[in-house]
Amino acid sequence: MPPILELRGISKNFPGVLANDHIDLTLNEGEILAILGENGAGKTTLMNILYGLYSPDAGEIFIRGSKVNIRNPRDAIRLGIGMVHQHFMLIPVFTVTENVMLGVESTKAGGILDRKAVSKQIHEISSRFGLQVDPEARVEDLSVGVQQRVEIIKVLYRQADILVFDEPTAVLTPQEAEEFFKVVHSLVKQGKSVIFISHKLKEVLEISDRITVLRNGKVVGTTTPAQSTEASLANMMVGREVILTVDKKPAKPGEVVLDVVSLQVMDDRHLMAVKDVSLQVRAGEILGIAGVQGNGQKELVEALTGLRSFDTGKVELLGEDISGASPRKIREAGSAHVPEDRQRDGLVLPFPIKDNLVLNTYYETPFTRGLNLNDGEIEKAAQKRVKEYDIRTPSIFLPAATLSGGNQQKVIVAREFSRPIKLLIASQPTRGLDVGSIEYIHGQIVKKRDEGCAVLLVSPELDEIMSLSDRIAVMFDGRILAILPAGEATREGLGLLMAGITQTAQPEAAH
Amino acid sequence: MSQAVSINNIAQSGIRRRLTVGIFLLVEAAVLLLLLIGTSGMVSTFVLASQRAGVDIPAPDLVIPSFATILVVSILIGLAGVWQIIKGFKKYTNTVLITCISLGILLFLIWATRGKSFNMTGMLVSSVISATPIALAALSGIYSERSGVVNIGIEGMMLFGSFVSVVVTSTTHHSLILGFVTGILAGVLLGALHALLTIRYRVNQIISGTGIIILALGITNYFYRAFLNPIPSLNNSSPILASLPIPLLWRIPVLGPILFNQSPVIYIMFFLILFTHFFYNYTKWGLRIRSVGENPKAADTLGINVFTMRYISVLVSGAIAGFAGAYMSIGQIGFFQESMSAGKGFLGLAAMIFGNWNPGGALLGSIIFGFFDSWQNKLSILQVGIPSEFLAMAPYIATMIVLAGFIGRSRMPAADGTPYKKGEA
Amino acid sequence: MSNSSAKPTKEKAQDSRNFLQRIFVRRGTSQTILLPLLAVFTALVLGGLIIAFTNTDTLAAWGHFFQNPWGALKSTGLVIYKAYAAMFEGAFGNPKDFFQQLGIWIKTGDDKLLLSAIRPIGDSLVFSVPYMLAGLGVAVGFQCNMFNIGAEGQLYIGALASAYVGYAVHGLPWYIHAPLAILAGAIAAGIWGFIPGILKARFGAHEVINTIMMNYIAYRLMDYLLNGPMKSGYVPASPQVLPTAMLATIFPSPVRIHWGFFIALGLAVVVYWLLWKTPFGMELRMVGTNDRAARYAGISVKKTMVVAFVISAALCGLAGSIHLLGVDHRMMPSFSPGYGFDAIALALLGNSHPVGVVLASLLFAFLHSGAPRMQVMAGTPVEIIRIIQGLVIVFVAAPEIIRGLYHLRSTRSGKKSAEPSVSKS
Repeated sequence: MPPILELRGISKNFPGVLANDHIDLTLNEGEILAILGENGAGKTTLMNILYGLYSPDAGEIFIRGSKVNIRNPRDAIRLGIGMVHQHFMLIPVFTVTENVMLGVESTKAGGILDRKAVSKQIHEISSRFGLQVDPEARVEDLSVGVQQRVEIIKVLYRQADILVFDEPTAVLTPQEAEEFFKVVHSLVKQGKSVIFISHKLKEVLEISDRITVLRNGKVVGTTTPAQSTEASLANMMVGREVILTVDKKPAKPGEVVLDVVSLQVMDDRHLMAVKDVSLQVRAGEILGIAGVQGNGQKELVEALTGLRSFDTGKVELLGEDISGASPRKIREAGSAHVPEDRQRDGLVLPFPIKDNLVLNTYYETPFTRGLNLNDGEIEKAAQKRVKEYDIRTPSIFLPAATLSGGNQQKVIVAREFSRPIKLLIASQPTRGLDVGSIEYIHGQIVKKRDEGCAVLLVSPELDEIMSLSDRIAVMFDGRILAILPAGEATREGLGLLMAGITQTAQPEAAH
Repeated sequence: MSQAVSINNIAQSGIRRRLTVGIFLLVEAAVLLLLLIGTSGMVSTFVLASQRAGVDIPAPDLVIPSFATILVVSILIGLAGVWQIIKGFKKYTNTVLITCISLGILLFLIWATRGKSFNMTGMLVSSVISATPIALAALSGIYSERSGVVNIGIEGMMLFGSFVSVVVTSTTHHSLILGFVTGILAGVLLGALHALLTIRYRVNQIISGTGIIILALGITNYFYRAFLNPIPSLNNSSPILASLPIPLLWRIPVLGPILFNQSPVIYIMFFLILFTHFFYNYTKWGLRIRSVGENPKAADTLGINVFTMRYISVLVSGAIAGFAGAYMSIGQIGFFQESMSAGKGFLGLAAMIFGNWNPGGALLGSIIFGFFDSWQNKLSILQVGIPSEFLAMAPYIATMIVLAGFIGRSRMPAADGTPYKKGEA
Repeated sequence: MSNSSAKPTKEKAQDSRNFLQRIFVRRGTSQTILLPLLAVFTALVLGGLIIAFTNTDTLAAWGHFFQNPWGALKSTGLVIYKAYAAMFEGAFGNPKDFFQQLGIWIKTGDDKLLLSAIRPIGDSLVFSVPYMLAGLGVAVGFQCNMFNIGAEGQLYIGALASAYVGYAVHGLPWYIHAPLAILAGAIAAGIWGFIPGILKARFGAHEVINTIMMNYIAYRLMDYLLNGPMKSGYVPASPQVLPTAMLATIFPSPVRIHWGFFIALGLAVVVYWLLWKTPFGMELRMVGTNDRAARYAGISVKKTMVVAFVISAALCGLAGSIHLLGVDHRMMPSFSPGYGFDAIALALLGNSHPVGVVLASLLFAFLHSGAPRMQVMAGTPVEIIRIIQGLVIVFVAAPEIIRGLYHLRSTRSGKKSAEPSVSKS
């Protein structure tokens, strides 16, 4: 019997990035296939192609042995493919029933919605697959775990045979994840086939029948849980390719610059994202925080830079209490920040490069004298920085939007580094950059460290953390699981920590 | 991680809002207490009887002791304010706010009528008449905004509808039907322009709306001067639409004249309110359009064509606006005047926001605005002592208060105002 | 909406991106000027067609098209030419006349007729003043991403305040009285704009509806004042301001150019300086472009928004003040033929930059000035101007239409970065 789904040679190119590189994939009927890989490995792109949201540049898709052409989600749905996205596609103000039937509504005469019929079917699906949900509830009132059930019901309602889950447990509590696995088993028992994208090793080993590992857009290999351990999977995911090692002298840590004590920070959903974090960063050292995105790093950095308020905990910069201070005050106290989203937070893209180079110091002398902006000084400083940091642009008067990603990041770095700083907080500083730019930014960070600056580096890229940091902390589920000297850290060990697995005891994320 | 969660559109700390509303109520109570001046011993008489089509519809007069009533109600409002500050009404805040404002208006009326009598029924009848174009404009806004397109050009679409319907009626043997139909089509035309600009060209929706208003003003005034002024026969669409009394019901005291003896357009308006509510909450297309207005990306992943839904919605919006405009000209006065829409389009938008994008609430808001609109005349008869121009400001001030007070809790369609780019997920 | 003045350096292009950037700069700048020009041109052409096809003679000629095709075309062309020629004369005067009078003046020193020949262009410049100031006001708002539709109302408030100070305050020398009157107008309008501004910043209430409401309140206020406390004589108009408050004319009558013209130009320079040469201006533009980055850079977004709105309102108020003190010298209800709304079109046309606004206001002033003569000589109603303005808005807001019409290629919009917008995972 042919596999229920087969992808052959799928390739997808985005400007500057080869997301999928001749990927072959097979899914057998009734099996749970896990697709494993780090951030940026190409997993979601591949599944979006399957669901018709992207079209592949090359390659073919076969369902039950026959070639198919999937041009849009409607085609995919018709072919029995259902996808539960990482970011839910639900209408908050609608009820569960309304969300489920949207697009395939059951109607009585005249287009009138037949909510009762759909409700009944939801009950059936609920009991068949163990997905408890109240059809009349409004989605916005539901917890994330229940919302996910709604997404699953949506997919089953449309009679999908192939269900794709993109990082399904990324937003679930451990208990909710347990429930989810029960549901998946139930689905498979009733004849469905499941693809399950994840980077969480323990889960993947527990639940899948087969595992395909992706790295940098290519398939690294396919294996089974019986043949793997967490360590071996971590190995495949992260690889032994040449990493850009940064030449650095050993650190000479000085006084404590940043002192974070028992910090608790809430996220936008009023859930605790940072659950009691304490750490210290000394002058002349780089503390790297490793961890999968979404474990509280964003909120931690926002709290430290004044963009997010918090009620519990204290943050001190060289002894000065900056808890809850405004971003400007924190900056004036000697802190610099390279933000995670450079285009949204770090730059004003339509503004000329010269303005972006002084974006947070324009109001100080010598850029301002009295009431006036001193254009001459700004331009002088801009030229200087462009030269010093080798920012490639024919003119400092062009909008920042004309710069490449790497050069945009250089602008931010140039801006932040051009004044005496005691603390540098760098969030994903090399996201989306080419190798040359990455090398350059890394060099700059180390240089700052050698000048005596304290550096806090936050990145989901393990290579980056390992090559730059003097000490490495791993953040998982809002907590720091461990802080170790870089010399003692191994890739495999960090990978396990990042997945929430500590050597000594099982964390409350009981997997 | 942006999951499908509840997002309050305006970052408004709950405490601040509670205090603001509470203080507002206290201030309102204090101001209302001022009305006690000169009311001791007086009695306000509200005449509820009315006469329509030569037939008397008797009803007892409502005689209210001015002083006592004002005192008691003001104190109640004050207490509500205190409660709001201390505990807050939470879910019911909006209801309480509306009630207190309405009571305040009533108290003002009681004060104005002290020692005199005032025909309340007549006032309510003209309120409904004034409210109708506003309610229709609100409906127009609802249709557009529920699909995610802000339409501030309603004013222009109404104007254009007013104009075209008059000209057509005047030139086609006074066929009112044709007039209304072409008025609607005129609205659709401008609606199509708005749709094209905002959906296809992704022009900023406010700019597009403003452009449409200016175009409509220009076109109507130009053709008015060029043709209607020199040729009066082009601008005379009489007879106007007569009232249509509903048999039996129109004789009910008080309610009869208000609800059951009005222009057919007003009946249509009530019908449209009910229909719109039904459409959006009970039909398949209503559901789809709402999804497009809330989360177009999600709708897209389910195979719903966001652009088509929006185009249709904006065209319907234009049609209703055109209909409202036609009502104002051929339905009410029988000719066209420059700038005759007089801000009703904007009041309609305010009513829509007041009603939380629901037709029922919008109707309530429209009636309140219609009430203010018509009280200018009636109150000057009472010789209230306040210059009529200030009374005329009331609807506008009310709108601003409503917007400030309600935005915090109202839920506009989440994707309202943002052009949709069919991008990658 | 900031103006990127490109000064390509002499550095050698190091990779293809630099080369493309230079192309962008050149084409970008040229399109910044070309597109608005083409927009205006297209609008004028369409306006001309409307004029032609609402002319009875032309219509008749086209009725006989098949018998006399050339005649129909000739009639069309003639009508358009006649109308625009009359407009030109109304805006600039008759060139032949001018040179003739110039000769006479040189020979005899008699300047009376020369002045009459200059009068039309003088009037155009005079009328550009309220446009300029209101346009600057709206532009400042746009730079901060706020839509100040309340320009018209702020204009009236400014004029009222200045008129009052102008006639009610006695005994001051001109160098105190006039500036005081002007200042009064700016402050009054600033306060008028503060209300919608604070409502937006604190409650998130959309400034579009609030400013429109403030407009209507302003109209009613003006009605009240001019029919009541400020009334002088039998018609609703204020007393004339004292000579010490008036802005003097520069040339002898009948040329009406007054010092306000230079004040307006001066304010244009001030606005430029404010927006691009002061730290506050940078903050304002930042908030208008990317308020998240602005907040991140430590700027108080709310405060900036309110101040921007107040400045915007004050400028619009000055439009009213200066025009009143320089031309009308007394306040009348017919004070503004819609300067405030035209200002919105102006600001869009001028890309919210002072230079663009000044040029656009000159254009609008010429149109406005020439229109009455067009109406007199060619029978075209002046409202054609508003149609042209509406079309201009449409074309400027949706440049793809113009690009499509004239087959211009779109520039590499600098807003797109070279990065993939989608993450790889």
